[in-house]
Amino acid sequence: MKVFTIDKKDWDAGIERTKLSYQVFGPVKEKEWHCFKALDKDEQPDMTYSNTRLSPKFLVQPQTEPMFTYTLDESQPDHHILKEVNKDTSPKAMVGIRPCDASAFLLVKRNFDAPQYQDPYWLKAYNAITFVGFACNDPCSTCFCTSAGCGPFHEAGLDVLLADDGDRFLAKSLTDKGDAFLAAAGWKVQADDAGKIEAMKQAAESKIGSHVSTGNLKAKETTQIYDAPFWEDTAFSCINCGTCTYSCPTCWCFDIQDENRGNSGVRLRNWDSCMFPLFTIHGTGHNPRGAKVQRVRQRFMHKLKYYVEKYDNGIQCVGCGRCIRLCPVNIDIRRVCNLMNDYDPAACVCPA
Amino acid sequence: MSGYQDKIKEAASRLLKEGSVDMVIGFRKGTLPMMNEPCFIRRSEDVHQLVWDSNCGINLANYLTDRKEKIAIVAKGCDSRNIVTHIIENKIKREKLHIIGVPCQGMVDKRKIISLFGEEILDVTENGDDLKIKFRGSEKSLKKNDVLQENCATCIHRNPVLFDELVGELVTEQTGVDRYADVNRVEALSPQEKWQYFEDLLSPCVRCYACRNACPLCYCPTCFVDESRPQWVGKSQDPVDIRTFHFLRAYHCAGRCTDCGACERACPVGIKVRQFTSKLNKDSFEMFGWEAGMTLDQRPPLDTYKPNDPNDFIK
Repeated sequence: MKVFTIDKKDWDAGIERTKLSYQVFGPVKEKEWHCFKALDKDEQPDMTYSNTRLSPKFLVQPQTEPMFTYTLDESQPDHHILKEVNKDTSPKAMVGIRPCDASAFLLVKRNFDAPQYQDPYWLKAYNAITFVGFACNDPCSTCFCTSAGCGPFHEAGLDVLLADDGDRFLAKSLTDKGDAFLAAAGWKVQADDAGKIEAMKQAAESKIGSHVSTGNLKAKETTQIYDAPFWEDTAFSCINCGTCTYSCPTCWCFDIQDENRGNSGVRLRNWDSCMFPLFTIHGTGHNPRGAKVQRVRQRFMHKLKYYVEKYDNGIQCVGCGRCIRLCPVNIDIRRVCNLMNDYDPAACVCPA
Repeated sequence: MSGYQDKIKEAASRLLKEGSVDMVIGFRKGTLPMMNEPCFIRRSEDVHQLVWDSNCGINLANYLTDRKEKIAIVAKGCDSRNIVTHIIENKIKREKLHIIGVPCQGMVDKRKIISLFGEEILDVTENGDDLKIKFRGSEKSLKKNDVLQENCATCIHRNPVLFDELVGELVTEQTGVDRYADVNRVEALSPQEKWQYFEDLLSPCVRCYACRNACPLCYCPTCFVDESRPQWVGKSQDPVDIRTFHFLRAYHCAGRCTDCGACERACPVGIKVRQFTSKLNKDSFEMFGWEAGMTLDQRPPLDTYKPNDPNDFIK
């Protein structure tokens, strides 16, 4: 594992060189907030940013993704036949992605790259990307990554980890893809103080002031948490919008729609949200999650209980804090997680 | 406004103890600076949770829709006007409500405050018109009146219009404010400029529907964008479908909107959703002399017909 030192004077030129081999994406401030976008020539990622408003999951799973096109014109020989839409699978580099967001893709991958099923759209998009992560020296007060199986210097899911050390970046190459990216940038000076990253990591982790308890979640009886009395109180303020799910880097649910204009059509895959009543309504009109409290419970049960049981690999959350910051009514997953983790039906005094 | 808070707690406790209501709907302290969470209280021993400050911008009338309990609700001016609208539209019965009226002094715009500073805000405390903003290792001051939500800055109905008790003296209503400055500015644009303006305005929309769901007016069991048999509106990020949603939703609020700002406050991507509803509020006012939710005794102009209704728009 090699660690390079990149003088900030050499940064812009290196990024420009990588654009010859990659389509480079980076955080850019648009209007009030940062978002990931494809960088034009001479456009640089803003390496002073905190994190993007919405998660960068859209670069792998776009909110609207055309899958097939077709024609309904029966005079055409290929009418009613689905034709796959060509996808751009050329190499891409996501420069400046935060470790939590890169790690989130690994959680989502368990769903889209399961032994039984592999989702070709998601996988092709994911595999085309080199993840050049950017460690957090100054986590936000809503970050609880270290108790969500992640951390400000977390390396899983990254090809390179960059750390900002004043007038230079330290760049730790973690994979062959990472080596290739650094070579394309022309950054070759190996750091003689590679151990500094470890010290920076510890300093950053000690700044995380927000934590959740997850240790009891797996062993809890599912039906007991499901029936716990705190859901009515938790769900009361929820307005059932899609802010939490759409901003979340680990929410993957989608809906497939055919849209026709005249005789030509396209089959789309759109983001969907378990907060919406339409998400579960049956053809009969019956809705198994017809009430708000059921939908709120589902979101937290999925992330913090069903996922934990199914994969035995922690919660389906990386602690980025977006849902906490963006929720219009301040529903806080940290509070809910602790309620679930600490729930003891025997000790519960229900408000009769 | 801490005096309000004590009065709210006192009223809630009294009403729950005497059993005249089943629950009290109000706010509890949030987990983030400048955020409070709508909550319900059923037991008098829990009323200590209730808070009131300049971060209670969410419209609580939204939480009344179709509820059957006997409810006490904390209501500032705009909430009370939406309660009136709810009663007129048969979404709640007046006799089921005990309205704890709060003469409002405006709610702060969290987003505006955050955008003033480059670093993370850890805490905000208020004392009258003075806000103290705390950061890591430093502190700054702001005047509340400089950072009000835009709808609050131009509000002329801060006092509740319908209440069973008040938690403080009625406040002096603002005069001389230009409620429709934004609308006038957009109206003055050329059609091409307007098109571009609305396109830019809506470009960040992710269709989370937070604007719709935060709005007390949007209580349809199935919104037109969610209809699937037949499906009226596409579900993708197609700009035509996004515009259709916003334009139609605004029209559904015509003559009903109280300009409470809940939509704009809820939007996670900062869209000025009120740009649409404000225009319809202005039209309602100019054509019918109507402001929504001011009285229980008059039907809204769009669900009645009068021979002298303006009809200049028919060419």
